[in-house]
Amino acid sequence: MNERRNKIGTWIGFVVILVWCLLPVAWILSLSFKGPGETGAGSPQFLPETWSIQNYRDILGFGSVTPGQESTNNDFLAALRNSFGIAAIATFLSVIFATLAAYAIARLDFKGKRLVLSLALAIAMFPVVALVGPLFDLWRTLGLFNTWPGLIIPYMSFTLPLAIWTLSAFFREIPWEMEQAAQVDGATSWQAFRKVIVPLAAPGVFTAAILTFFFAWNEFVLALSLTSTTASRTVPAQLSFFVGPDPFNPPYGLLATASVVVTVPIIIIVLLFQRKIVAGLTSGAVKG
Amino acid sequence: MTTSTASVATPQTGGRTGRKPMSDRATAENRLGRKLVAPAVIVMLLVTAWPMIQALYLSLFRYRLTTPDDKEFIWFSNYGTVLGDSLFWKDTVNTVIIMVVTVAVELVIGFAFAMVMHRIIFARGVMRTSILIPYGIITVVSAYSWQFAFSINNGWVNSWFDWLPWVSADTNWFGSHWPAMFAIMVSEIWKTTPFMSLLLLAGLAQVSEDMVEAAKVDGATWAQRLWKVIIPNMRAAIMVAVLFRALDAFRIFDNIYVMTRGAQDTESSSFLTYRQVIQQFQLGLGSALSVLLFLTVLLLAWLIVKMFRVDLAQARGEA
Repeated sequence: MNERRNKIGTWIGFVVILVWCLLPVAWILSLSFKGPGETGAGSPQFLPETWSIQNYRDILGFGSVTPGQESTNNDFLAALRNSFGIAAIATFLSVIFATLAAYAIARLDFKGKRLVLSLALAIAMFPVVALVGPLFDLWRTLGLFNTWPGLIIPYMSFTLPLAIWTLSAFFREIPWEMEQAAQVDGATSWQAFRKVIVPLAAPGVFTAAILTFFFAWNEFVLALSLTSTTASRTVPAQLSFFVGPDPFNPPYGLLATASVVVTVPIIIIVLLFQRKIVAGLTSGAVKG
Repeated sequence: MTTSTASVATPQTGGRTGRKPMSDRATAENRLGRKLVAPAVIVMLLVTAWPMIQALYLSLFRYRLTTPDDKEFIWFSNYGTVLGDSLFWKDTVNTVIIMVVTVAVELVIGFAFAMVMHRIIFARGVMRTSILIPYGIITVVSAYSWQFAFSINNGWVNSWFDWLPWVSADTNWFGSHWPAMFAIMVSEIWKTTPFMSLLLLAGLAQVSEDMVEAAKVDGATWAQRLWKVIIPNMRAAIMVAVLFRALDAFRIFDNIYVMTRGAQDTESSSFLTYRQVIQQFQLGLGSALSVLLFLTVLLLAWLIVKMFRVDLAQARGEA
């Protein structure tokens, strides 16, 4: 009896969580298929009356583009390129630096280890907006304003804490004795490293890379303040510059479509690596 | 007997604490360790410590980018201006309200989600995937999705919830203060509850099943088991989740920027700072705001750690 009630409760919970998590995503997906005419006239119902792919034409720039929206797709595609490039480079560099640091933290005994971990924690909690003013000033002096490195450098600083914490938690779990065991069995130190340690460490490094990428892909404050043109503006910032034909109304369909396009990579990553992401998110933060 | 153990133990502790002269190996390890963390530490400090010092310096000047020649050293009067302005306090109150409400709601919903995820034996992959989607989605996208959901002409909220007495087809959610704050908080809660629930799930997994079972055998009710056994045993996880989320919520910017741009008095501290610096070019005044924001976050972190006695070393498995 009690057992059964539990089961029903779990089922209801399952459905509630699914609806909670997916409804807003389904909503922008549905909105992206509503034509400009429909949202202009107002359509409070959830699903489109007529399904149209005109928004996707305007955003991605194929087929016949709505007059007046010719530059939208150029700007958006440029922003998409910036987002991919900046996030990928920041992730790559951040993970390399974090791997070195995490190895030292997990494996070596050195003075200042606690200081490094505390610094990382402090930076993870740092109010990013507080940096906008001084960085704006500094970047203009150094010529980094509105460039890729101008965003990559701060993204690295703000993703390093997360990467270091996740990786040092992972590295602590690796049975490092296996490296010596392999060497005793006749492997050279390079072989021991490549065939034993790399396969053991790779999942952790990969997880840290995913979390770092998510951060860089999501970041908004710096992307908005440290850029001025599509030379380096990323998608989140570019979205807030979208203008539709009607200046008094946001271009619902276009924004929804752009949102869907930038969410696709996230969904693919989540689908492929959900187990790893969950492990990474929780390993760094909670271990009793 | 006692002397022999002592003499064996001394060199070990000496090498570890570093008070006694270190062995060559320990020195080398120390040096390598520092070399390996150096690049990360430098990058982290480059973008935080240096600009913060810069902000401290600029905050003592009257300095507006549009009139750079008027730059003048004015001691602490920028701080006086900020602290004497009612807008600053209104925005701080807004931010605190958003922080407290969202974290409290997320804690409850996140815990319920964690319980379901802990119990569920089917479709774990589907569950994990869907819970990670709000986590991974861009905050700006979440803000747009909810802004459109709450919109008068094109949203589903008004038509789905018109059976509630205070909602009708033409309810303008962004027309006054509290409804707009509500919409902002909904977006914030939706986006960040998954993070909370995953941290809580990890804590839940560490509560021993035997203990819960024993309490059950002893006749504890469901509520007693929850309050007396499960929650006390996952205190560390709850505190870490609250700490992280509270400080994150205090920095709220994206949702407000997209949904209201600060209209209807929905500005947060972060938004005020941004507006002063980037839109009004008030670098002096803005820097003062930056410094104050930084100090507030420090104070907040200290308060949470002290108040809940969060042991971070234990939380990261070093105790």
